[in-house]
Amino acid sequence: MAKKVALLQGNTACAYGALYAGCNFFGGYPITPSTEVAEVLSEELPKIGGKFIQMEDEIGAMASVIGASLTGQKALTATSGPGVSLKQELIGYACIAETPCVIINVMRGGPSTGMPTGPGQSDVQQAKWGTHGDHPVIALVPASCQEIFSETVRAFNLAEKYRMPVQVLYDEIVGHMRERIEFPEPGELEVIDREAPSCSPEDYKPFDPSNGDVPPLAAFGSEYRFHVTGLNKAADGFPTTKAELVDAEQRRQLRKIDANIADIESYEEYQTDDAEVVIFAYGSTSRSARYAVNELRKEGVKAGLFRPITLWPFPEKRVAELAQQAKAIIVPELNLGQMNLEVERVAKGACEIIGIHRVDGEPINPGQIMAQVKEVV
Amino acid sequence: MADRYEIRFSGAGGQGLITAGIILAEAASIIDGKHAVQSQSYGPEARGGASKSEVIISDEPIDYPKATIVDACLAMTQEATDKYANGIKDGGLLLIDSDFVKQVPEGNFKVVRIPIMRTAKEDIGREIVANVVALGAMIALTDVVSRESGEKAVLAKVPEAFIDLNKKAYSVGFEKVQEYLAAQ
Repeated sequence: MAKKVALLQGNTACAYGALYAGCNFFGGYPITPSTEVAEVLSEELPKIGGKFIQMEDEIGAMASVIGASLTGQKALTATSGPGVSLKQELIGYACIAETPCVIINVMRGGPSTGMPTGPGQSDVQQAKWGTHGDHPVIALVPASCQEIFSETVRAFNLAEKYRMPVQVLYDEIVGHMRERIEFPEPGELEVIDREAPSCSPEDYKPFDPSNGDVPPLAAFGSEYRFHVTGLNKAADGFPTTKAELVDAEQRRQLRKIDANIADIESYEEYQTDDAEVVIFAYGSTSRSARYAVNELRKEGVKAGLFRPITLWPFPEKRVAELAQQAKAIIVPELNLGQMNLEVERVAKGACEIIGIHRVDGEPINPGQIMAQVKEVV
Repeated sequence: MADRYEIRFSGAGGQGLITAGIILAEAASIIDGKHAVQSQSYGPEARGGASKSEVIISDEPIDYPKATIVDACLAMTQEATDKYANGIKDGGLLLIDSDFVKQVPEGNFKVVRIPIMRTAKEDIGREIVANVVALGAMIALTDVVSRESGEKAVLAKVPEAFIDLNKKAYSVGFEKVQEYLAAQ
């Protein structure tokens, strides 16, 4: 049978991706340009026995997501930059309490209220550094409606597998545009559920590292009882200030990412094999860059595109290799300079890094990128 | 058909131009099996202000989702004309609501003048279907999807009770174009 197809908005694709992944809780405080995610889930979740709740504010929304996840649900919130700013305290809490959840950030400009209906990519460093303290970070940056669907599924998988919050960031352009998508059949995409404890309730310790860096997570309300806190904690979940325990716990959390880069990393390369100029671009900007690469190739210019799909952890190894190969890496972004700094850090001076930055609510068009590439070659 | 065909619908917020764009994209991608991307840009207002919706149609996958050089542009109001009736390619098309757009930008493109809102009000009896009249006219002028595919997409989008109304509105869009071209 032919697959079900539809012309879907990015935000709608996100909602259906979440449902495919088994999401059964949404707690949010709707905000442009992410509102359609909430809108669709408010209709769909009750049909499958899930829960949709519009909370009193952004902070409460994030708290509800953490609470729902701890009871064993797959929980989601969707917001934009102003909402993510408010949620930071609770995102930190989800990190230290190692609570799987997914946060969708449909990016507009900023700071503060900024331009609600305009696109932006200015939250990409916030995704890594927004909440204080050392903590593991996974952030995904899809660039099409189909990819928003599949990356939302992957976000849930990574959250469940590594027991941590995962962010999906896409700009307003991708969130609001409509494209044809094919709905994957059940079973076609992998769906991962968190590991449940195999010990008895009496022996259960929610942060016991003896069987690996990701301790199994029991559900609140089951016979397993445990303590959750924002303080540094021992294996049993109760607060500790013992130096060696605090140190080991923090290092273990970062190791969840560092030891699993190959599993988490994802990127796409286009015409980079012989590229003299590489464009590093993500989200809607990568679509302008791909158009530019095609046009430049017609003119004999050796341009290529590197498109991160996982933005954090940063694809350091491959970007460093490309910096050795290329004359320059061009980084177009809808902000005043964020990921270009990371590319610079990784390139270690091996080639020139040139940013193209725009924050006027308009997209970076292919012409701007082409002009910059030509200036280099 | 060219590799990439770009259509822009512009007017006041609330006139249904984003919907018109969505219907065209559905006709192209779901019914005709081509590639299509629909995007939009609007202000914070619920009604009023200038809004635009763009549809890119291609035989190939579409990378850049916004217009680069517009093949055909619709402008329903003077404000939308001033803001969005630009970047139209040489030999392209500008369709305006002739009752509302008095200052037409200069350029090497064809201008088609149809009183779209008035047609919806007087011929159909409902101003609300002006977007479907405009869509019919645009498809008649550009042939970017077939008349049948366009109609199928319109009817798939509207509630049962409004099928006849929209069928008529779509068809009137075609007739107005034929009348206009015959008078030229």
